[in-house]
Amino acid sequence: MNKTELAEYLKTLGFECEIREGRQFTEAAISPSGLHDLALKLKEDERLCFDFLVCITGMDYMTDFGAIYHLRSTKYSHEIVIKVRTSDRQNPEFDSVTDIWKSADFLEREVYDLLGIRFTNHPDLRRLFLNDSWGFPLRKDYVDDSEIATS
Amino acid sequence: MEEQVLNTAINEDEPYLINMGPQHPSTHGVLRLVVSLKGETVKNVVPHIGYIHRGIEKMCESLTYPQIIHLTDRMDYLSAHINNEAVCLNVEKALEIEIPERVKVIRTIMAELTRIQSHQLFWASYGMDLGGQTCYFYGLRDREKVLDIFEETTGGRMIVSYSCPGGLMYDIHPNFQKRVNDFIKYFRSILWEYDAILTGNVIFRERTIGIGKLSLEDAVSYGVTGPSGRASGFSCDIRKHDPYSAYDRVKFNEVLFTEGDTYHRYLARIEEMKESMNIIEQLIDNIPEGPYTVKMKPVLKLPEGEYFQKVETARGELDVFIVSDGNKYPFRMKFRSPNFVNLGVLNHISKEFKIADLVAIAGSLDFVIPDIDR
Repeated sequence: MNKTELAEYLKTLGFECEIREGRQFTEAAISPSGLHDLALKLKEDERLCFDFLVCITGMDYMTDFGAIYHLRSTKYSHEIVIKVRTSDRQNPEFDSVTDIWKSADFLEREVYDLLGIRFTNHPDLRRLFLNDSWGFPLRKDYVDDSEIATS
Repeated sequence: MEEQVLNTAINEDEPYLINMGPQHPSTHGVLRLVVSLKGETVKNVVPHIGYIHRGIEKMCESLTYPQIIHLTDRMDYLSAHINNEAVCLNVEKALEIEIPERVKVIRTIMAELTRIQSHQLFWASYGMDLGGQTCYFYGLRDREKVLDIFEETTGGRMIVSYSCPGGLMYDIHPNFQKRVNDFIKYFRSILWEYDAILTGNVIFRERTIGIGKLSLEDAVSYGVTGPSGRASGFSCDIRKHDPYSAYDRVKFNEVLFTEGDTYHRYLARIEEMKESMNIIEQLIDNIPEGPYTVKMKPVLKLPEGEYFQKVETARGELDVFIVSDGNKYPFRMKFRSPNFVNLGVLNHISKEFKIADLVAIAGSLDFVIPDIDR
């Protein structure tokens, strides 16, 4: 399916998400509560078959936290982007998709490590690169005392 | 007291934990694996990474796009040119710049030379991991010839920084075509040695065939790309599926196997070197004339938006994802590095094999640790 067909088909599925045709991909913005259901549907639906989770990008939008999921279907080789946002800066949380795609295990740990976004139901959510006492460097309000990244 | 110690030592239900790395030679860098053993059998492998985490994604947020190019060299340093190319293609796409044909062809040739030298080093060090010291000398002997070609044209041997947004840093050296042709001729004539010394070796085959099997479903689910994924039948070659640069005008085969074991991950890389040579041969004598770069503005500001570019490095799919807010620095820069995602599968495929097999399995995934840590 091309971008337009994909957007049309997604609208028929009845999820409460905002569907938009981006420059490169069809984009679906969904609330955190609907993320897991949508992800599961995208993988299991026979006409979509998004079986390859390419990457998860954690985002800090200054006011909100977000995550961007790039998905691809190895069968139809179409691609889609899911975007999810939360305005809770104290305790940002999304549902884990590790039960749908196994590659999510490391990708979600990376997002947690660098942005402090927690993923509920993740089997092993620990820091990945940095130690426990380190802050979350990719947050925009991170204070880089040692000037490692900004000098 | 002594009796107690002995009892704990021989208690069969307790897992026996050992550290492999971070300085273990077969981890090819600072990768630490905590391995749970029962006897000699691997029960669980937990990778601990981050020893050379440099925060490249954070650093990018305070650097301009031409500066970022030089950081990407230092991720997967064996695919340095391809990493450069990924960022350049993305920036060019965002700015809607049309790139001269000459640049596209030269970039493709350089990318394939990069792939060859990377696989040569894989072959060399993989042989050494499994006890064949000679392989290392043979592999490096040939890799040196590629590095010399790089050095003559770009000034760098591994860290080339040859692409820049808009084209290339400088034109190719006048000797470039002759030297590449000589190298291809030489390497074709000598590649049988690789098979003779390692591929056909009885000890090597015993240690790799049927070890660390990865099914197609798992390869897709774990997102294992590159030669490791293609050995399991996962057709994931970006050069075929979404051609960039000059890959749309060359004929080559995507190397695919279905077995998915350690031996076929090794074999996929050997076959890929032959395909890379085919690609170079089709392009090297027909490099179009023209400028080697287009004139760019001194300050590059990407229009607000999101830009995604995927390329095929020697180890798999590298994605560069830029979120721009219209400034000269990216708002967010994300690298989906192939090694990082491939590492996730290590535990799954090394369970229930012996600890000596773990060296063979980890080696066959061909990790470059700076690419994992970034």
